[in-house]
Amino acid sequence: MLEGLLIGLSTTLSFKNLAMVVGGCLIGTFIGMVPGLGPMSIIAIMIPIAVTIGDPSAALILLAGVYYGAIFGGSTSSILINAPGVASTVATSFDGYPLTRQGKAGKALTIAAISSFSGGTIGAILLLAFAPALATVALLFHSSEYFALMVVGLSAIAAFAGTGQVFKALLMTFLGLAMGTVGEGVLFNMPRFTAGILDLQGGFGFITLALAMFALPEAIYLILDPNRSRQADGSSNSEVKELRITKSEARAIAPVIGRQSIQGFLIGVLPGAGATIASFLGYAVERNLAGKEEQEKFGKGSIKGLSAPETANNAACTGSFVPLLTLGIPGSGTTAILLGALIALNVSPGPRLMVDNPQIFWAVIMSMYLGNLVLLILNLPLIPYIAKVLAVPRNFLIPFILFFTLMGTYIGQNNATELLILVGFGVAATIFRFADYPMAPLLIGFILGPLLENNFSRAMQLYDGAGFIWERPMTLALLVLAALLVLLPSYRSRRAQIRARGVADAD
Amino acid sequence: MALDRWIAFFVLLAFVIYGYTAFFTMDALLPPIMQRNPIWPSSFPKILSVGGMLTALIVLVGFEKSPNPDALDINYRRLTEYKLGQAVALLVLMAVYALVLRPVGFLAATFLFLSIGSLILGERRYLVIAIVSAAATAGIWYLVNVVLGIFLQPLPAIF
Repeated sequence: MLEGLLIGLSTTLSFKNLAMVVGGCLIGTFIGMVPGLGPMSIIAIMIPIAVTIGDPSAALILLAGVYYGAIFGGSTSSILINAPGVASTVATSFDGYPLTRQGKAGKALTIAAISSFSGGTIGAILLLAFAPALATVALLFHSSEYFALMVVGLSAIAAFAGTGQVFKALLMTFLGLAMGTVGEGVLFNMPRFTAGILDLQGGFGFITLALAMFALPEAIYLILDPNRSRQADGSSNSEVKELRITKSEARAIAPVIGRQSIQGFLIGVLPGAGATIASFLGYAVERNLAGKEEQEKFGKGSIKGLSAPETANNAACTGSFVPLLTLGIPGSGTTAILLGALIALNVSPGPRLMVDNPQIFWAVIMSMYLGNLVLLILNLPLIPYIAKVLAVPRNFLIPFILFFTLMGTYIGQNNATELLILVGFGVAATIFRFADYPMAPLLIGFILGPLLENNFSRAMQLYDGAGFIWERPMTLALLVLAALLVLLPSYRSRRAQIRARGVADAD
Repeated sequence: MALDRWIAFFVLLAFVIYGYTAFFTMDALLPPIMQRNPIWPSSFPKILSVGGMLTALIVLVGFEKSPNPDALDINYRRLTEYKLGQAVALLVLMAVYALVLRPVGFLAATFLFLSIGSLILGERRYLVIAIVSAAATAGIWYLVNVVLGIFLQPLPAIF
C-alpha cells in the first residue's frame, strides 16, 4: 500500500496535475455557487475538456477537483444567500443562513470549510483502507457475479429513491438501459434500434444525455422561475468578514466532525444514497444527540448544525468513489458521469484498475487529500471575491449556462445534430422533472447498460444459457437481494398508503 | 390523470414499440451461424422491454401516489404563471443555433446567441449586451481553439 501511496503522490505532485487540482477546485467552486447548477451539470460540462487532456490521471484529478469545488461552492451560496446551489447543501442553509443574518458569515464559511476539509480527508483515509480490500475480493468475481452486482446496484438506486418513487426510479432505469442498447454494440456487430438513422449508429452520446438530463432542465427551471436564483431577502448582510473561530467553538464541532465523517462515508458507499441523504441524516442525528439547550439553537444558527451536514456531504462524496473505483459500479449520478468519462478515456474501472493502472487509482485518492487542502487554504480567503459571481445578473447568466451546455455537447462530438438531440431530450427531461421523476437512474442505467449486457452475455455463453443464475450461489443470492431491495420499500409504502387512506380520506 | 401517469403511458408506448422491434423484427436479420449462440442481439432488449412495460404499467395504474403539484419546485398545472414564453423562446434559439452553427460560423452564431438570449430575458442595455457577448465569444473561441486545440470553424463555411 505504501508503494501505491508513493506512486499516487508522485503522480499528483507533478506540476500539471497540481494545476488540475487547483484549477478544478476553483472552477467547481465558481460554478457550484450558481444556484441551480449542481456538480453533475458542472462535471458534464467539463468532460469534453477533460477528455481533450488525454491523460486519464490528470483528467480524473481535474474532475474530482471540480466535484469537491462544486460541493463547497454550493455550501457558500447556501450560507450567504440561502440559495443552495446543490441538493446536498440544502441542510447547510438551515443553520448557515441564520448565522449570516447574525453577521457571522465569515465564521460560518470557516466552519463549513473546516468541516468539509475534515470530512473529505477522513473519508479519503477510509477509502484508502476500504478500496484495496474490496478490490481484492472483487477480483474473484466472474461475469455472472458482475452482472448480478450491477443489478443490485441499479435496484438499490431505485430503492433509495424515496417513498412513492421506487417504481418511477425503476422505470427510469429501464428507460436508460434501453437507450443504452441503441447503436452498434460491442458484442454484436450489428446496429440496433437506429431506425436507419446514420447519426444513431454510434448510439446516443453520453455527454449529450448527461447535459440534457441535468444541466438543461436546471437552466429551464431557472428561466421559468426567476425567484429560484434569488431566494434571499437581504443580500446586503452577506458581507464576509472575521473568518476566525474560537477555541471553544472548535471543541464543540470536533466530535460532530468525527462522527459525521464516518457516518457520511458509509452512506456514500451505499449505491443510491449519496451526499444529499448523508447531509440530511447527519443533521438529524446531530440534532438528536445534542443537549436540550443546543437543540433549541438548531435552525437558528447552531455551529453544530452547520458542521454536521458539511462534514457528512464531503465524506459521502469520497465514499461514493469506493464502488466506482473497486467495482466499476457508480452509486450516484455524479459517479456515473465520472464512469462515463473514464470509459471515454479508455480506462475500465473495476477491480482490475488497481492492478492495471495503479497510478490512476492512487492518484485519484491522493488528489482527494490535495483537493481538500486546496479548498481550505486557497478558496477560503478567495470566497469574498468568488461570491461576486452571485451578483451576475440573471439576464447574462442564463444565456451563458445554455451556451455552455451547447458547447459541452458540440466539443465532444463535433456534430450539430447532437445539439438538436440535446434540446429535444432536455425538454423531455424537464417534463419528466415536472412530474417528479428522478433522472439520475436513467443516466446510471444508460452508462451501465452496455457493461451489464456484456457481462450477462458472457455468463450466458459460458453456461450455454441462463443456468448460471442457479448454478452460482453468489449470483443467485445477489439477484434475490436485488428483488428484495425493490419490493420491500414499495410494499411498505403501499401499506402505509392504505393505512393512511383508512384514517383520512380528504385527499 | 396526473402528469406522472401520462408520462408512464408514453413510456409504455415506447417500450411496446421497442419490444415489438426486439421480438418480431430483429431475429430475422440474424445470420444462421449466430442462431446457435445462447445469446442473441435481441435477448437483452427482450428482457428490458418486458421489465419496462411491467414497470410502466405499475406506475400507470397509480400503484404509487402521484406527487402533489403544489409541493413541487414548479407546479406544472400553472405553467403559464411562470416565464414560459422566455423558456420556449430560448429553447427555439438553441435549436436555431444548432442549425446555423456550421453555415454561419462559430463567431457570428455565438455572438448572436448570447445577445439575443439576453434580449429575450428582458435586458435592454444594448451596449453592455454587445460588449459582454463579443468579449465572451472571442474569449471562448480562443480558449477552445488555441488552449484546448479543438478546431471550431470561426467564419461562415464559404470562407
